[in-house]
Amino acid sequence: MSDRIVIVGAGQAAAQAVQTLRAENVAAPITMIGDEAYLPYQRPPLSKKFLAGELEAERLLIRPVEFYKEAAVEIRLGQKVVALDRKAKAVRLGSGEVIPYGKLLLATGSRVRRLGGPNAELPGVFYLRDIADVDAIRPHFKPGARLTVIGGGYVGLEVAAVAAKSGLEVTVLEIADRVLARVASPEISSFFEAEHKKAGVAIRTRCGAVSIEGKGKLEAVRAGDDRINADLLIVGIGILPNMELAADAGLACDNGILVDENARTSDPDILAAGDCTTHPNPLMNRRLRLESVQNAIDQAKAAAHAMAGRPRPYAEVPWFWSDQYDLKLQSAGLSEPGDARVLRGEMSARKFAVFHLRDGVVVAVECVNAAPEYMIGRQLIAKKARIAPERLADVNTPMKALI
Amino acid sequence: MAKIKYIEHNGKEHVLEVPNGWSVMEGAVKNLVPGIDADCGGACACATCHVYVGEEWLSKLEPKSDMEQTMLDFASEVKENSRLSCQIKVSEALDGLVVRMPESQH
Ligand SMILES: Cc1cc2nc3c(=O)[nH]c(=O)nc-3n(C[C@H](O)[C@H](O)[C@H](O)COP(=O)(O)OP(=O)(O)OC[C@H]3O[C@@H](n4cnc5c(N)ncnc54)[C@H](O)[C@@H]3O)c2cc1C
Ligand code: FES
Repeated sequence: MSDRIVIVGAGQAAAQAVQTLRAENVAAPITMIGDEAYLPYQRPPLSKKFLAGELEAERLLIRPVEFYKEAAVEIRLGQKVVALDRKAKAVRLGSGEVIPYGKLLLATGSRVRRLGGPNAELPGVFYLRDIADVDAIRPHFKPGARLTVIGGGYVGLEVAAVAAKSGLEVTVLEIADRVLARVASPEISSFFEAEHKKAGVAIRTRCGAVSIEGKGKLEAVRAGDDRINADLLIVGIGILPNMELAADAGLACDNGILVDENARTSDPDILAAGDCTTHPNPLMNRRLRLESVQNAIDQAKAAAHAMAGRPRPYAEVPWFWSDQYDLKLQSAGLSEPGDARVLRGEMSARKFAVFHLRDGVVVAVECVNAAPEYMIGRQLIAKKARIAPERLADVNTPMKALI
Repeated sequence: MAKIKYIEHNGKEHVLEVPNGWSVMEGAVKNLVPGIDADCGGACACATCHVYVGEEWLSKLEPKSDMEQTMLDFASEVKENSRLSCQIKVSEALDGLVVRMPESQH
């Protein structure tokens, strides 16, 4: 029987798992299989500095090749795992090769949700998930070009910010009544909408059904009754967890591969981490499917500790960031629509925070250029602290006094 | 290019040539110097790239941004000479820089 640890996917979670496994002195051979051409790299810059052309691809790598050599990891890049055979404890690659495992870590991430309908595949229509996507966009990403972005989520708005700064003519189409509707409070949404408008980005919320027009290549995007001429279209309408491998092998899945707080799936020899999972979060008291670097890192650590036989349950307050223009948005915790919201600071000063309270307890915070609120806010959330809204709102009470 | 000396918490030294334009954090991570986690990859969002800068260098570095300062305020084991290494950009002027790693980044 093999004692090999096989990691499917070579992204953020995979890189962290390798690091923690070796730091925990797990000596088993490791094989990491990824279908992209690159060693694990950071995706966040893809819609930020990398898109802006301020970073070379090499600088995106999470660790250099020497790191994997030193960790004695057998690396298979450009290869896809197409089947998982739990009885035989082996995975099969597209090439037909079969690799047996002792423990398996599924770190398959997620893929973009694609537009349906006619013309969705026309040249000029792009998505943004990996380096290859940015490479494809780049030749069209020129000053004066007319860019339409479908989807006012973080990725869409970051793309819009970089594009506006690079001199493109930008329109953002959002089906909801505000941008960032799924992930941020109304205060944050209206603040970013205003900032984008100042930068010359046209934002159309409640844009209605969207369709693509063009003969042989993209010419325009239709949104409701409007027709917007476009040279390129970037679609950012969310992601889908890559869970098919697990589901086809009979592992429990529901909007992600179901794992416990130690990143274990319903098969004791198979673990999963990152965008592809949903996990029970004890701080939030519910199951979460997160799409963030923090989640990939912390869950991969939990998976590695479990494989090392020294479980350390994953129970972090989720955190996230987004960079747009000179604004740094940092958020921690998760809010729900019914939570009370407390504004601290002035939105017009471009430095403020929105705290979310549930039954008086701090459950989330969203900060714009406000690191103290963010750093202390994280601790308040972890402690389930109860702070009077008046004190949270009072900028004359330093954050440090609240902890 | 600048020669930078990284000193691990246990005293082990690494002297590396780091290209201009990179951050001090990248110089460590890309050369397998342990002790810097850099979870956010240099976005000044995680404070897991904390280092102590050689005293003689403090005045020669670009000053901290407000964001770096406040992120640092809440990191652990912070001292006068603490910096987030992802926010220090390498140039010839940094040749000879010495940074020490804290015991832990968490
Ligand atoms: C443009 C963009 C901007 C982002 N910005 C931020 C940000 O600012 N902050 C933040 O916290 N997060 C951000 N994220 C999210 C963050 O990058 C992801 O949450 C993180 O990369 C998830 O890590 P992962 O290891 O789960 O998946 P990934 O990093 O996606 O890695 C999974 C890898 O597995 C491969 N794979 C899948 N199936 C197979 C198979 N069957 N065989 C072989 N290989 C396979 C995939 O191709 C991929 O390379 C951003 C993401 C994108 C796309
Ligand atoms: S790497 Fe995250 S703050 Fe420096």
